[in-house]
Amino acid sequence: MDMKATKKKLGLKEKYAHMTRGLGWDTTYQPMDKVFPQAAFEGIKIHDWDKWEDPFRLTMDAYWKYQAEKERKLYAVLDAFAQNNGHLGITDARYLNAVKLFLTGISPLEYVAHRGFAAAGRNFPGVGPRVACLMQSIDEVRHAQTQIHALSNYNKFYEGFHAGATHQIERVWYLSVPKSFFDDAFSAGPFEWMIAIGFSFEYVLTNLLFVPFMSGAAYNGDMATVTFGFSAQSDEARHMTLGLECIKFMLEQDPDNLPIVQKWIDKWAWRGIRVLTLVGMMMDYMLPKRVMSWKEAWEIYFEQNGGALFNDLAKYGIKVPECITQCTVDKEHISHQAWATFYQYAHASDFHTWLPNDEEMDWLSAKYPNTFDKYYRPRFTQWREMADKGERFYNNTLPMLCQVCQIPMVFTEPDDPTKICYRESEYQGEKYHTCSDGCKHIFDDEPEKYIQAWLPVHQIYQGNCFPEGTDPTVEGFDPMLKVLEWYHIENGKDNMDYEGSGDQANFAAWRGMATQNT
Amino acid sequence: MSTVFIAFQTNEDTRPIIESILADNPHAVLDEQPAMVKINAEGSLVIKRESIEERIGRDFDLQELQVNLITLSGNMDEDDDQLTLAWKN
Repeated sequence: MDMKATKKKLGLKEKYAHMTRGLGWDTTYQPMDKVFPQAAFEGIKIHDWDKWEDPFRLTMDAYWKYQAEKERKLYAVLDAFAQNNGHLGITDARYLNAVKLFLTGISPLEYVAHRGFAAAGRNFPGVGPRVACLMQSIDEVRHAQTQIHALSNYNKFYEGFHAGATHQIERVWYLSVPKSFFDDAFSAGPFEWMIAIGFSFEYVLTNLLFVPFMSGAAYNGDMATVTFGFSAQSDEARHMTLGLECIKFMLEQDPDNLPIVQKWIDKWAWRGIRVLTLVGMMMDYMLPKRVMSWKEAWEIYFEQNGGALFNDLAKYGIKVPECITQCTVDKEHISHQAWATFYQYAHASDFHTWLPNDEEMDWLSAKYPNTFDKYYRPRFTQWREMADKGERFYNNTLPMLCQVCQIPMVFTEPDDPTKICYRESEYQGEKYHTCSDGCKHIFDDEPEKYIQAWLPVHQIYQGNCFPEGTDPTVEGFDPMLKVLEWYHIENGKDNMDYEGSGDQANFAAWRGMATQNT
Repeated sequence: MSTVFIAFQTNEDTRPIIESILADNPHAVLDEQPAMVKINAEGSLVIKRESIEERIGRDFDLQELQVNLITLSGNMDEDDDQLTLAWKN
């Protein structure tokens, strides 16, 4: 008999039902509310977890199959990259400073996201979100690993890649910005975590992080970053869908959930937008070949796409976050303000900076007709004149930090771009400073949380950021050099200007060797 | 009416997928970017398994899309035969 037995395959919806809800059970040795103690304290009311549906209807068997395929593709490219001196194919080694920022600032967040989704999966009583969170948790640890693997190829040749993914995130001043964002989310309950990371970060903002970054990497010939980026991004569409599903689920379950969800959306949209300042700076200043300006990306991915999303959520009573008015002003300023800050503090950073050249300044004028020539070109021109005279400007004082987003107070008033924006709150007799109405609002709502912030500048002043055994009373003690040592930033190698750096000299020499026989 | 979109890596796997989407959605607009193809459409967008199978000459599981997917926007619904993205407003 050569007749093939045809086994009836389950349809997608049927398989999903069996592989998610079919695997769940109610506990009997202990009551469910003891087993899931975090499910109720945030005030979110859920009546029927079975109403949760993953639109992708992805089940674990299919998940392994497709993830394995993604890994095979990724590591084949990474081998080819290493075997063919792929690092010499980038437009200019200056570009790698954006990648250093990614490795030190973003990759560690992938790892925290892994832990956070594992916790969320543990803490939700519903089996649908548990399965989805489990998959996302595994995705996120994969992202951290593949990013570190991909970028380790650059670590063989360039400065600043050596301590990024683990050591510096706990210490370096600007890295406390992304770190505190995730710490804030992870120390909240499981529902707020889902709004913070699943919805605000993954759905509303992830396009602004990954799409321009990866297109930028492709445009600048960075095969390693494009490859891990797209591999990660292929999971991202599923994460976005989970975030959107989660918010709709909360809103459909009980009308009492609306004000809580709205508060979280307002908070996390603003928190996320502040973190993305770093991406804006990368797009406008750090890519030798530019894909689009930060402002253009903001308009496509936030104003248009976010607008469509909030129109859709309006039927539940959700309103567009209040911070949007300020964001519409900020989109023309923040990237310039951030790059100007890093230029002034290049001696304390794990990457190199530079001033935009004439052609780049003209590009910025064209992209920012309302602001660049008026407010920022004169500043960069002045610094260039100073540098040409051998008086390169470094800012040697430490800036005040925002108690919430932890960004130095460099942003300006919404109605006056020449005036730094400060807000002040008082709690238990102490004064706390924030950078904006958005951050002040967040502080005032949960002061007991934010007074615990680990603020890098405060910590330096308190003497907590020196290597063990440092004696600040010895003659010639230089606190900045000791802080850099504690950061694992090698002074004169990893920091300062790109012009004259080892990266610049090596890249020129190696590329020369790649095209000649001498 | 709001715009939905879906974006894929530019490669040989996605070429027939993009052709199918454009054929099945006459209102869709193609936006080619470095290493990435984005398809924008007013209101909704549908991806049909059959159309892809016609072009690649083999059985296709819509979940294979996930290998090359970059991003999407809109409420999603997927079953064995099609994947739709839509804003219901």
